[in-house]
Amino acid sequence: MSTVQTTQAGLDARDARPEAGTPPGPRDDGRGGDAALRRLLHDPLALGAMGYVALVVVVGVFAPLIAPNSPNFVDLSQANAAPFSDGDFLLGGDSSGRDVLSRLLWATRGTLVACVIVLVVSTVVGVVGGLLAGYFRGRTEVVASWIADAIMALPGIVLLIALYSVIGPSIPTAMAVFGVLIAPANYRLVRAVVAQVRGELYIDAAKVSGLSDLRIVFRHVLTAVRAPILIQSGYVLAAGIGIQAGLEFLGLGNPSVPSWGGVLEQAFSAIYLNPQGVVAPAVLVSLTTLAFVLLGNALRDALQGSGRRRAATADRVAEARAARAARPSPSTAPEAEALVTVRGLAIGYPDGESDVRAVVDGVDLCVHRGEIHGLVGESGSGKSQTAFAMLGLLPKDATVLGGAVLFDGADLLADPRAMRRARGTRIAYVPQEPMSNLDPTITIGRQLTLGLRAVKRMSKDQARTHLLGLLGRVGIADPEAVFAMYPHQISGGMAQRVLITGAIAGDPELIVADEPTTALDVTVQADVLALLRELRDERGLGMLLVTHDLGVVADICDTVSVMRHGTIVEHQEVRALFAAPEHPYTRELLSSALDPEEA
Amino acid sequence: MTTTDHGPLLRVEDLVVEYRSGRLRAPKRVIDDVSLEIAPGETLGLVGESGSGKTTIGRAVLGLAPVTSGRILLDGTQISGLRRRERRDRARGVQAIFQDPYSSLNPSMSIADILAEPIREGTPASRRERVRELLDAVGLPADAGRRRAREFSGGQRQRIAIARALALRPRLIICDEPTSALDMSTQTRVLGLLRDIQARTDVSYLFISHDLGVVRAMSDRTAVLLGGRVVEEGTAEQIARDPRHPYSRRLQMATPVADPVLQARRREERATLLREQARSAAA
Amino acid sequence: MIGFTLRRLASALLLVVVVTCATFLLIFSDGATIARATLGESATQEAVEAKAVQLGLDQPVVTQYLDWVQGVLHGSLGNSYFTGEPVTAMLLTRLPVTLSLTVIVVLLTALISVLVGTLAAVRGGWLDRGLQLLAVAGAAVPGFIVAIILVLTVAVGWGALPATGYVPVTTDPGGWARSLVLPVLAILVGSVGGAAQQFRGAISDVLQQDFVRTLRSRGIGEFPIVARHVLRAAAAPGLTILSLQTIGMLGGVVLIEQVFALPGVGDLALETTMRSDVPVVMGCVVFTVLVVVVVNLVADVVGAWINPKVRLA
Repeated sequence: MSTVQTTQAGLDARDARPEAGTPPGPRDDGRGGDAALRRLLHDPLALGAMGYVALVVVVGVFAPLIAPNSPNFVDLSQANAAPFSDGDFLLGGDSSGRDVLSRLLWATRGTLVACVIVLVVSTVVGVVGGLLAGYFRGRTEVVASWIADAIMALPGIVLLIALYSVIGPSIPTAMAVFGVLIAPANYRLVRAVVAQVRGELYIDAAKVSGLSDLRIVFRHVLTAVRAPILIQSGYVLAAGIGIQAGLEFLGLGNPSVPSWGGVLEQAFSAIYLNPQGVVAPAVLVSLTTLAFVLLGNALRDALQGSGRRRAATADRVAEARAARAARPSPSTAPEAEALVTVRGLAIGYPDGESDVRAVVDGVDLCVHRGEIHGLVGESGSGKSQTAFAMLGLLPKDATVLGGAVLFDGADLLADPRAMRRARGTRIAYVPQEPMSNLDPTITIGRQLTLGLRAVKRMSKDQARTHLLGLLGRVGIADPEAVFAMYPHQISGGMAQRVLITGAIAGDPELIVADEPTTALDVTVQADVLALLRELRDERGLGMLLVTHDLGVVADICDTVSVMRHGTIVEHQEVRALFAAPEHPYTRELLSSALDPEEA
Repeated sequence: MTTTDHGPLLRVEDLVVEYRSGRLRAPKRVIDDVSLEIAPGETLGLVGESGSGKTTIGRAVLGLAPVTSGRILLDGTQISGLRRRERRDRARGVQAIFQDPYSSLNPSMSIADILAEPIREGTPASRRERVRELLDAVGLPADAGRRRAREFSGGQRQRIAIARALALRPRLIICDEPTSALDMSTQTRVLGLLRDIQARTDVSYLFISHDLGVVRAMSDRTAVLLGGRVVEEGTAEQIARDPRHPYSRRLQMATPVADPVLQARRREERATLLREQARSAAA
Repeated sequence: MIGFTLRRLASALLLVVVVTCATFLLIFSDGATIARATLGESATQEAVEAKAVQLGLDQPVVTQYLDWVQGVLHGSLGNSYFTGEPVTAMLLTRLPVTLSLTVIVVLLTALISVLVGTLAAVRGGWLDRGLQLLAVAGAAVPGFIVAIILVLTVAVGWGALPATGYVPVTTDPGGWARSLVLPVLAILVGSVGGAAQQFRGAISDVLQQDFVRTLRSRGIGEFPIVARHVLRAAAAPGLTILSLQTIGMLGGVVLIEQVFALPGVGDLALETTMRSDVPVVMGCVVFTVLVVVVVNLVADVVGAWINPKVRLA
């Protein structure tokens, strides 16, 4: 048991590193209020939208002071006067000769009231319903969700029209009903957040430490719901203003109170007499909805740090590339007799606003025919990125900063078309997670056939015969049956055999396997490793095997490269590496291996 | 917190856990008649593959999985089938460390809030003092309390999770694969910390893992699970070196050794074992 | 699969019953008011009461509902309070307008959204940015305002197309098409903006899944991957998007019918609700709910059929 060393208190430098090297993703859920506010204030569109909304509020509150006329003041000479014409009314007059500008300004009050009603009703109904359903689950959730679905299935405006005979021309009542009609959006959001939070282990931890359900809901669930509800509010308000204007446009509002939609309706009915009359109310309604939509978008970006990650600017990438090109490279020639040679590989990811950070920096390695080459390292060392670069399958935001992947004398990294031709026929890939790497919607036979026929000229029947033979070879007992199955019908171990079949179907020379057994149980792992070894022996395959598991390395690899912080620190034949590791990091890795048997 | 003399700290008697998937379908039995005991200061390892039920046993002890039949006793007091309120009084001596250090800490809370959350008694000042003690106990600096979970690496988060488990001064901690999401070198340090804490506080562990190596390094005794049943139980040494049950032997032989020479031999042994087991199954 | 379809069908039926029942109880709740509204403000109290008895409005609302249900089961939605015409006949004259508008819009929305959404997800670049702008504009400018703008510019300003009115397809197919161009366009801006943007999201979610990378590693080209694998996997969320858009659109159609003076079901509902011709309003609600239910049902069943986990269950 001596391998487990007791730690001294205090932080080890490596332990403290926050997952260096993994592509920086928006794992941060950004609920830190200050940071979000700062982001919001740095967004010009958000600032504009907020300014506009503030202006609308001020106008609504002080309309009696601002408006030049009372909304019902009539000057018959101004009936249907065009905006900016000679008369007294800046935005012209409506068909009864009332001042359009004043009416719009006064109408702002009604709009604000309607906004508040919609927001309050939809939030209260939706959030309370969502919390109750998510919290009590069972029947409450079934009933509540059915009601929400039913309400959502109704076109709101049709129902509001139908209810006109009951409600009468009262916009506030109609908006309260609309608040209920739109509440399912909030309900679904809250219920989904509650369902997701409920699955988090920190809720289990809170239960174990004896917290009551009520406290858990208030502490953990409500905080998680806050941000999405805030974002949703922007869209709810936008929808509310649209619906309100629509109802008034249809003549369902109170005709004695000025309203945006009402002004629009009057202007529209006089469109042949005064065509420009519709512009002001139309623009006003559109601008206000736009402001709320933009506010919703800005809140989403600020609070959830949405996927809009800035890309590294072209000149930073060019700089990084030039710096690497200038480095003295030992050789750009392929290793003698090597199947594939990687030289000076460097891969960058965008970092911060415009910078680029190298997660792989100057990797050299080569794989020979019949050799299983282990690429070992801890998370963030860049080992998987190296593997993906050799397949030309780096994620979209990754950039190759330098280096070459030499295969048969050609640099595949420099020639994407050659890389595409090589994939499937010369280089193949075995992934880590068997289930997520099969297309769930089509049968195993069909996806294997599509893959094989994409690279080999074969009839469907030929492909089928070939693939059935291979499935039998990789140890699947009833290939015909599995051929007709869907991925969810087979086990993880079997799925990995299917993926290996897919990899060898095009008869490649090199296989890049990324942690091919990490997701499998140990007993299955042993079988899959044995299979890979046999395939290597039969076909003389070269294999690059990415792994973090030293047991797997000891089992299957011939040579090993140890990777750390984007570079290879040691390369050795496997027995030599375990017997006499040279680099201190390799020694540390080896000492942390827990032997199941030997003390 | 007095211990009844020489009695086990935790006793699981004939535990059965079943999940119903529909009203008409037969319930699915996940744990099938499992009995276990853990003495004070002892570590019992639970090892098994996916679907063996090892996590469910831990969750049943924590009150997070339904107990269909059987009993779970802590210090002779039944803690299964309790309501949350009763459980809070009787079972606060059982705490947990979970597998995923990302999901097990609320990302929007500060570390100090996370650690203080379970502590009900005392003044704010005494709670702050306790948080400092806890951070110190797991080797984190005192100023870590102000920061949020997302600012920490996997290994550090697992230290925070350990500190939270220690907050109520538990007698037993359920460790559910506490290091399987961590890198090897980080794993070594976290396991070392757990052993330190045990030496200091005499806490018992129910240590759940799929990894024979980890279980062996941590446990005094080991139970091997297959399909919701304990197929073999013995000292950690015996299970690691000389397992008797055919499945335990297959598991032993399948676990690779981080030494190419030994592993080559192990492969041969496994091939022989599988042939033998196939022959005896046929006979 | 059959079990799934039957369950959905039952749920849809329940939805129709519950929604129509709730609406009926709400809008028939006050018989006296309805009776007065049909006669006008000047009618005497006696006349109103007599009218209420004549229309059956003096009965308890539950009795009225049961009578109505009985009528529905015999294929009758009642008669108009004003013209005495059967509601079904009134709906039938309006159906072609609303249905031709919605069907055309739904088909075009589906076609354009799938195309634009897929291209934006796969290609990115200016198309993607343009789509995002369209999505914001579509969400921000209500459909009826787009319609007004179109009337103002294309019809009134330019005079290229008729601003208002509807020509039945049977009398003049060309005129029918011309009368629908602007209404369809007005709805499309919003529906394509929303649907294409969401469809783009669905496609890029699939593109980021592991199995797409594995397919690429097999040497399959980008086009076959998208055409054969990605679109199929994105079909289920795509159908949900489309069905939600369709429902939203049904509401918008009422306004659009007003702007372009199209004699559709929405126009009928508005006209009759203003004069408290409640049986006709009820008929319009039934029509809308039926359309919604059918759309949802089709989306659910097709979505389930695509997913082997449901199909084989």
